[in-house]
Amino acid sequence: MALIDIFNNLANPTRFLALTNRVLPWLTALTVIVLVYGLYRVAYAPDDYQQGATVKIMFLHVPAAWLAMMGWGLMAVAAFGTLVWRHPLADVAARAAAPIGAAFTFICLVTGSLWGRPMWGTYWVWDARLTSVLVLFLLYLGMLALYWTAEDPNRSARAAAILALVGAINIPIIKFSVDWWNTLHQPASVIRMGGSAIDPSILVPLLIMALAFTLLFLLLLLLNMRNEILRRRVRSMRMMQAASI
Amino acid sequence: MNALLALLLRDMRLATRVGGGALMGALFYFVVVSMIPFAIGPDLNLLARIGPAVLWIGALLASLLALDRLFASDHDDGSLDLLTMSTLPLELTVAAKAIAHWLTTALPLIVITPVLGLMLNVDMSAMGFVALSLVAGTPALTFIGLIGAALSVTLRRGGLLMAILVLPLTVPVLIFGVAAANAAIVGPAPFGPPFTILCALSLASFVLGPFAAAAALRQGQE
Amino acid sequence: MTLGPHASFIVAAYIVTVVVVISMIAWILRDYAAQRRILGDLEQRGIKRRSQASRGDET
Repeated sequence: MALIDIFNNLANPTRFLALTNRVLPWLTALTVIVLVYGLYRVAYAPDDYQQGATVKIMFLHVPAAWLAMMGWGLMAVAAFGTLVWRHPLADVAARAAAPIGAAFTFICLVTGSLWGRPMWGTYWVWDARLTSVLVLFLLYLGMLALYWTAEDPNRSARAAAILALVGAINIPIIKFSVDWWNTLHQPASVIRMGGSAIDPSILVPLLIMALAFTLLFLLLLLLNMRNEILRRRVRSMRMMQAASI
Repeated sequence: MNALLALLLRDMRLATRVGGGALMGALFYFVVVSMIPFAIGPDLNLLARIGPAVLWIGALLASLLALDRLFASDHDDGSLDLLTMSTLPLELTVAAKAIAHWLTTALPLIVITPVLGLMLNVDMSAMGFVALSLVAGTPALTFIGLIGAALSVTLRRGGLLMAILVLPLTVPVLIFGVAAANAAIVGPAPFGPPFTILCALSLASFVLGPFAAAAALRQGQE
Repeated sequence: MTLGPHASFIVAAYIVTVVVVISMIAWILRDYAAQRRILGDLEQRGIKRRSQASRGDET
């Protein structure tokens, strides 16, 4: 019950703005602290015996990849909010999350490619993991294109929600098919991480960086949601103005 | 059921009459595939190797571009409003329209595939498998594209936006379609697994596509 | 901390990340200032939102 109360309270944009303004300074401070601590831990993390110092790129690449997926997950949950409960903030959240998710996906791709150059000898390899992220990036670009072409936020809200849900259903299928395609075309990828073989001296900084990136994502999301609410306000005021003339 | 059949026949009749553009997809497919050798050179060995992939890319683009008009003409003359307001479930209506679309655009495309395969030096015995993979895979393209068509008609934007939205979603179909076709031609992997997955993708999109498209269309009516 | 033979790639990765994050923050903050300015403008000209005209506070 309490959770539903909180959701209903948040449905009011004015109250949401007030809450955001109260939370923002704390969230900013927390993000900066965790980020600085994470970077400090990364600086003193040992080198990988196989990859040497390039393993430091992983501390950016892997959290960015997690957030790229989390961003779409967030949009899918928000899509549910738009389609099922018609929660007024759901579309604001989805629309604010799209460019941020795309930016983290971009970071993941670029760092992956910069990691690949010393490891594979080329900037781009059609490796299963990189390719899935590339398709995810294309999906994000489609979502952004949808938002850019539709001026009326009410009209695009449910269209974007449907696309987010269809994408969310498709992403695991894409992941699976790209993995399958990859094993068909090349024997194994060079970077094999994940699983249980990560040493704590690397895993702990990685988790701290993941937390820092998540906080950064939330911070940017709140800031962008605030902009989106203001933008809608401007829009409705302009329409009032046009109607009154 | 009768109403759905009537709708299916209506759509097919509309598509095959003059100005309906049923054969446009097949024509586009023919032109695109014929362009490829100009880009990569007339090396028959190379063409034979990439032939199935070229045919699949051509089919993908052709069925996507043809889908642009799936709802647009009905939307322009107002019959889409009647369809959404009818007593039939919109999901079934939309599915019937998609099936009609597949029969009038994708089927001609598959029929001319052996001829194009000949030009690309694809082995005649393997051509049947390529056509079979297209038969199994193009319904998935139609039903995924259906979502894009419904979205673009509600957003009143078509063309490129629809392609941008839909193409990334068709990655699995493309992968398994080409894999199945290649398995039949070069081997050594068996034809079965990719082909059955391709069928599964088609069936899954047969369920997902109409629901998502109907939801998108309903939103356009509000 | 030594970065080994591939230092330039590591540094480049961090620079790209920093540039993307900072430009995103800059874009969001500039957008915020712009929206605030337009809102202030509109309010000065005496335009009210529907919700302010009639009681209730829905955007």
